[in-house]
Amino acid sequence: MSPSGAEIIKQIKERVHEIDPAEVHEGLGNGVVLVDVREGEEFERERIPGAKHVPRAYLESRIEGAVSDRDTHVVLYCASGQRSALAADTLTELLGYTNVDSMTGGITLWKDRGYETEVPKTLTKEQRDRYSRHLLLPEVGVEGQQKLLDAKVLLLGAGGLGSPAALYLAAAGVGTLGIVDDDTVDLSNLQRQVIHTTGRVGEPKVDSAAETIADINPDVEVVKHQVRLDSSNVVELIEPYDIVVDGLDNFPTRYLLNDASVRLRKPVVSASILGFDGQLSVFKPYEGPCYRCLYPVPPPAELAPSCGANGVIGVLPGTMGLLQATEVVKLILGEGEPLVGRLLLYEALGATFTELKVRRDPQCPICSRDPESITDEEMGVFPDYEAFCAAAG
Amino acid sequence: MATIKIPPVLRPSTSGEKEVSAEGADVGTVLRALAEAHPQTESQLFGADGDLNRYVNVYLNDEDVRVLEGLDTSVGETDTLVILPAMAGGR
Repeated sequence: MSPSGAEIIKQIKERVHEIDPAEVHEGLGNGVVLVDVREGEEFERERIPGAKHVPRAYLESRIEGAVSDRDTHVVLYCASGQRSALAADTLTELLGYTNVDSMTGGITLWKDRGYETEVPKTLTKEQRDRYSRHLLLPEVGVEGQQKLLDAKVLLLGAGGLGSPAALYLAAAGVGTLGIVDDDTVDLSNLQRQVIHTTGRVGEPKVDSAAETIADINPDVEVVKHQVRLDSSNVVELIEPYDIVVDGLDNFPTRYLLNDASVRLRKPVVSASILGFDGQLSVFKPYEGPCYRCLYPVPPPAELAPSCGANGVIGVLPGTMGLLQATEVVKLILGEGEPLVGRLLLYEALGATFTELKVRRDPQCPICSRDPESITDEEMGVFPDYEAFCAAAG
Repeated sequence: MATIKIPPVLRPSTSGEKEVSAEGADVGTVLRALAEAHPQTESQLFGADGDLNRYVNVYLNDEDVRVLEGLDTSVGETDTLVILPAMAGGR
């Protein structure tokens, strides 16, 4: 009569080498490769940090991908030590691995001993549905979507550029969106600031934007900063974020933002609009030029239509704000060629894009220096703004 | 003749033209020809010292003329000069 399954397991456990979790814990980091042989679902739920995953069902076909040298010290574990013993036997007897241990008691005993495990972040079923078109892209996938969910992006302004950028970044699942805007929604905004609605005229823009975003995607945490960006708060505002989206409407704060972002090494995705024309670039400190490399001095007031109201065709900030959102997503994912060291000009009436090279200025008063040496007093040095705008008439 | 792309803030000085053609073998001569045809552009392009204003970026095709030979940079018949002012609008 053939031996029972229990007898076979007993025999196998007698011939494989078993090792106590305490010994495994001690040996970690000494060239030991820890392999989790449980099913995918179990591994996704909880695992020992640093463990590789080769389900027992795929042991023969996948172990070489995880451990190529057959003389490596391999420790296998499962939930209780049974499947890992069977797998250890297969590795030793069939596949010729010379130094294989099975961990006694599996991850259960490991935890009982008080050793560390990790619970990997996974997408919920709803998130898998919501982001399914992202998950199908090799450039995004679960890992990329997790990066988006973990990302913190600060939008300076919930206006023409900030509105479309915020809508799409929220839809894409960027987990934290900070919005800096001290303004309230005005009827004249609605021709282009598509995150706001007629019913919210008079409300603070940060509240209106947060309401729209919450309706689009509850995964997104909106941090409302109902203030005006100035030299007293710029460092504090941008410090907690990974990327800054610049939709500012005037030169002094653009220089201020530049200087602070260089000091804090924060990438800025910058766009500006006027009439039917837009400009876009990514300023990534110390990897490419900064705003002062491109525009070392501001134009005189009469050539700087940034003071007061100027005409802009309503669709233009949509185009430019979405190009900004695209650059933000690329930066978060680490995919593609970000618009660093390049300036993109869009001329809507002619439907033309022009790309110009932007070089780092070796004499740049800000980014040619160590970030630590940029003082508070130096940031945003600019002619007096009120005088500047008064001169513009 | 080289083509010069005129930015929005200078278009009032070129009767609204977005592109202007001008003669010249180098950047300085082409821009002078522009200033002669459209006198209002002169003070916006050139400082009192005759050099380009620091706040005006000029590109020969896609390269900043300052990293080339400035106003002495040679210009071919089919080249495009882009005059680029800073813009700050975001609203």
